[in-house]
Amino acid sequence: MTPEHRLRLKTLLMVSLMVVCANVGDLLLKRGMLQVGAVQISPSAIRQALLSTMHNGTIWLAILFLVGFTVCYMTAVSWADYSYVMPAGAFGYAVQTTLAVVVLHEAVNAERWIGVTLIVVGVLLVGQTHPSTTKNKVVLS
Amino acid sequence: MTRVVLLLIFFICCSTGGEIAMTHGMKQVGEPERLRLLPVLRFLGRAIRSGWLWFALPLLAISFYSLLILLSWAPLSVVIPASAFNYVVGTFGAKYLLKERVSPKRWAGVVMVCLGVALVLVTG
Repeated sequence: MTPEHRLRLKTLLMVSLMVVCANVGDLLLKRGMLQVGAVQISPSAIRQALLSTMHNGTIWLAILFLVGFTVCYMTAVSWADYSYVMPAGAFGYAVQTTLAVVVLHEAVNAERWIGVTLIVVGVLLVGQTHPSTTKNKVVLS
Repeated sequence: MTRVVLLLIFFICCSTGGEIAMTHGMKQVGEPERLRLLPVLRFLGRAIRSGWLWFALPLLAISFYSLLILLSWAPLSVVIPASAFNYVVGTFGAKYLLKERVSPKRWAGVVMVCLGVALVLVTG
């Protein structure tokens, strides 16, 4: 495998993990907050909501996935361009819409499909460029 | 309206600034020598000692709370397309601050992603 292929492959792996972690994290956060219930805007209600979220396992699992997203993001930008990783991460919106249709059988309007198409084509265009255009530092231990 | 525009500019600056600072920090830290558990943990150990990471995290937290305030001040249809503009501002930051080479093809991709995200989120 050439260094170019290895670079593309590991960047693709990290961006895919970023997308999975962000989407699963958001989904679990939404589920956790539904379990907590609507938060009223008053000091005592906010304190109660904070306590409830701290005792909610789903929210802790969501936080774990979101930390996973941050770690993958930090790892990816340690070698790849920010202008490469950032738009590629938007692929998650396309995945979300597809999952909404396939898994949840939600109706999705034409404008949203146009948006998904623009994201996919945009990500493919960015994906054709070289992932790293700056000199990277490699730390060997 | 003025306060919405000012907060939007503040949000985009904090969000893009935070991500660019984090990227700069991680470039200085250097990539993990292998994508295995121990090298990645060693990489994270080096990363948490980076000043740029601790500069980036508060900026990202501030940008998150700015977005929440924006959503309480202005309709979603205004805030989301404007926040999708982050992709374009971020690419300018990457080009001029991080000195990345942004080809016309990458620019085209970024603009398409920006428009697509705005459309998906507004119609979502």
